[in-house]
Amino acid sequence: MRFGIIVFPGSNCDADCYHVVDKVLEQPVEYIWHKGNSVKGFDALIIPGGFSYGDYLRTGAIARFSPIMQEVMEFADKGGLVIGICNGFQILLESGLLPGAMLRNDSLQFRCGPVNLKVRTDNSAFTRCFTRNEIIKLPIAHGEGNYYCDDATLSDLIEFDQIAFTYCDKDGEENPEANPNGSKANIAGIMNRERNVLGMMPHPERFAEELLGGQDGVRVFASMLQSFKEGCR
Amino acid sequence: MTTRKPWQEMGLTDQEYDQVLAIMGREPNQVELGMFAVMWSEHCGYKSSRPLLRQFPTEGPQVIQGPGENAGVVDIGDGQALVFKIESHNHPSAIEPYQGAATGVGGIVRDIFTMGARPIAMLNSLRFGTLDEERTRYLFSGVVAGIGDYGNCLGIPTVAGEVYFHPSYRDNPLVNAMCVGLVNTSDIARAVASDVGRPLMLVGARTGRDGIHGATFASEELSEESEARRPAVQVGDPFMEKLLLEACLELIKENLVAGMQDLGAAGLTSSVAESASKGGRGVEIDVLKVPRREAGMTPYEVMLSESQERMLVVPREGAINRIQEIFGKWGLDATIIGHITDDGLFRVMEGERVAGEVPVKALTEMCPVYHRESREPEYIAEVRNYDLSRVPDTGDYNGILQSLLGLHSLASKEWVYRQYDHQVMTNTVLVPGNADAAVLRVKGTSKGVTVTVDCNSRFCYLDPYKGGMMAVCEGARNLACTGARPLAITNCLNFGNPEKPEVYWQMDQAIKGMAEAARVLNTPVVSGNVSLYNETRGGEAVLPTPVIGMVGLLPDVSQRVDMAFKVEGDVLVLLGENRDDIGGSEYLALVHGIETGVLPDIDPAQESRLIDLLLALNEGGWLHSCHDISEGGLAVCLAESCIKGDMGASVDLTGLSGRLDGLLFGEGPSRAVASTNPANLEMVRKLAAEKGVPAAVIGRVGGKRLKLEHADRVLIDQDLYELAATWQGAIRCAMS
Repeated sequence: MRFGIIVFPGSNCDADCYHVVDKVLEQPVEYIWHKGNSVKGFDALIIPGGFSYGDYLRTGAIARFSPIMQEVMEFADKGGLVIGICNGFQILLESGLLPGAMLRNDSLQFRCGPVNLKVRTDNSAFTRCFTRNEIIKLPIAHGEGNYYCDDATLSDLIEFDQIAFTYCDKDGEENPEANPNGSKANIAGIMNRERNVLGMMPHPERFAEELLGGQDGVRVFASMLQSFKEGCR
Repeated sequence: MTTRKPWQEMGLTDQEYDQVLAIMGREPNQVELGMFAVMWSEHCGYKSSRPLLRQFPTEGPQVIQGPGENAGVVDIGDGQALVFKIESHNHPSAIEPYQGAATGVGGIVRDIFTMGARPIAMLNSLRFGTLDEERTRYLFSGVVAGIGDYGNCLGIPTVAGEVYFHPSYRDNPLVNAMCVGLVNTSDIARAVASDVGRPLMLVGARTGRDGIHGATFASEELSEESEARRPAVQVGDPFMEKLLLEACLELIKENLVAGMQDLGAAGLTSSVAESASKGGRGVEIDVLKVPRREAGMTPYEVMLSESQERMLVVPREGAINRIQEIFGKWGLDATIIGHITDDGLFRVMEGERVAGEVPVKALTEMCPVYHRESREPEYIAEVRNYDLSRVPDTGDYNGILQSLLGLHSLASKEWVYRQYDHQVMTNTVLVPGNADAAVLRVKGTSKGVTVTVDCNSRFCYLDPYKGGMMAVCEGARNLACTGARPLAITNCLNFGNPEKPEVYWQMDQAIKGMAEAARVLNTPVVSGNVSLYNETRGGEAVLPTPVIGMVGLLPDVSQRVDMAFKVEGDVLVLLGENRDDIGGSEYLALVHGIETGVLPDIDPAQESRLIDLLLALNEGGWLHSCHDISEGGLAVCLAESCIKGDMGASVDLTGLSGRLDGLLFGEGPSRAVASTNPANLEMVRKLAAEKGVPAAVIGRVGGKRLKLEHADRVLIDQDLYELAATWQGAIRCAMS
């Protein structure tokens, strides 16, 4: 399964994602520079975290106009797997591939550290290696991760089982204390209705090896790999 | 009212101006005078500190590059090296905390990638007044946000640090930032411009009017007028720095540069002069070719601007086109602003007009050096003669422990480090707060790199010589507690006005102490920075604060040890000589309101034995946790390990002799508490005996309480949850 990692000026988790795909998942992976105009030959695309274009104007607002994003959108329209992590999630929102918007954390501070997450669905190419309602641990690191959408969008997200991850406490309660940024309904990650585009604020690539404190993250990438293999059969 | 002379306005003395006249053989014009003033400032010229700095050991088999370059370099095997340095941004942060701290990070990061290394970790050492004052809270939150926003955007993890609060820093906070980079030894770049005719390229941000005379500002005491110095504080753009970082590392990878030098303090003047000086050459640059941010800038302003995120590049022959291609890819402009000459002069052109002409060596090597007057301050005798045995042991150890854990200097710094991305780059094995030092893996190897910053400035005030030794010993001990061998030091020497004999004495003593410890521990000083004139508005110097940044190497990173208790029934072993000294302790200051007393004895040779033991224990994998004893003493050390592991401990100090408050809260050095499986105890004892380090079993891990007894008397018995709530909540509460 061939992964492509989109690199914008200011991306800074590109090498981390590369490392996980290459060394942990042991799959072929390549960087795709933002001025490129093709994503041909890739089976999945990763839009990594960072500060694309310095987060000027608004997080992700400039990146969406990069030439490569047109290709990413077409790739997604054809059903290709696209995962946006942190700043990648923000770019997916700005480009309209996912509904809603991102606000500054309600603390008005950057937040870094591990959080508990509830896997709200195992019915997706990104979460099939988890079980529904399983509680996992992943790190966050963002200043603007306060997910917002209107109520109609939220009920759609719920109705169509598009919420992938929510922030919760160690017992699985999705309460305000466990919400690190003020996200609506404790949302940490969502999918599009077609279930081939995922955006998430936590960093699965950071918890892909036991040495670094956890391995829950690698199962996101493993899910993608498994889906791909079965799709090929 | 006397009018100040132009050179005095720029920070030069009358004698120094006479020296300039002698060198030039004429009166310098404004551009030339400005160039002398910044290059001969304390910040750039080290004119008061240079004679003292010569006392540091700077060599060793591990040293690839000692002081004199942008950063020091040490060998870590496999053809790899660490490049590291610490630097202050105190005065800018006192005026404009967010930008002051942010540009401090930017500056030190540039020093590292200028050497061709990829920055892999940031650390910082911060000192503020007390949090009950609104201005201190403003400075503290601004500095932390500035460090975080800049480093987070760059994608370099901030992995360790220290924060202390003391009234002496009220008007003059200390903001020291350290950066560590990783490089293949074959890729190390140095700042040299030697081939005559070779062009000088300027790349990165455009030059503006910000930061003019920043280096001069950094070399004077803060005063009521300092607010007017706000324009001398630079403004940072981490996105530009990220582009510059990636582009420069690409140049190095393709071997396109003959020399590279970032623009920091004293801007273009310093970086051009340093590059030319090292190559033994002259230079000619045209200020009209320097891309500007603002119209109408004079040659003086262009030469002295400290606009951030700029780099000077001397290309290899035939490499200009490829260099421009790479910078173009990253959206950066590289402009040729001049070339190297053979006449040894720094010639500043404005088009066809010569705007200034100064001998290069006059700027870089003829800076006056001052052997200042040194005198022992009067308070030292009082400290020495203070009778600590008169201090009563008042009991109430439960209450004291709670109070110590709630001190902002000792409490959890989570409020700080949760604002720093400490995991980006996916190398951070031990994150902030979990161990005595941060541990990073080196991808593609089994190695680990360990880093720490340390200084107990109260110790350095009471006895600068011992305090200097203790700072080095504590740094080394912190690395060894994680299992790493200490390799080398960078330091940031923060002191008051060196023209005061008492301050100069503090500097001299502290440096002597650090040098002695560094020699014994085989940790040479390979880079550093000096920040002087740190004083309150009343003219009182800050506590002497020689911050030690240290790097170490773990042969096998999977063997690293953190401070958390892990297994019920594990045995607790106190490693090192038992101590009951209370001199200079937090306990003495907090409970008895006195900051005095003879410091506990420190012997670097004894420290060295403890470090050898810790390394041997780690090599065998015999420990489950290890934590050194420092501020707050044994009781706080145990409490922290309990909190981190969410596991209690029962300790019996009956076997130890001394005053009880001292046993619990004394801060004698060269000690650590380790937990180990009872089955390993014999081995631990055997190794300790071999290394000549006392090892006393003092208790067991288990339960949900921390309990300390002595001869059937319960000294401390506390619920873990309450200890944790105090320790974790103290700073958060003060800041909300």
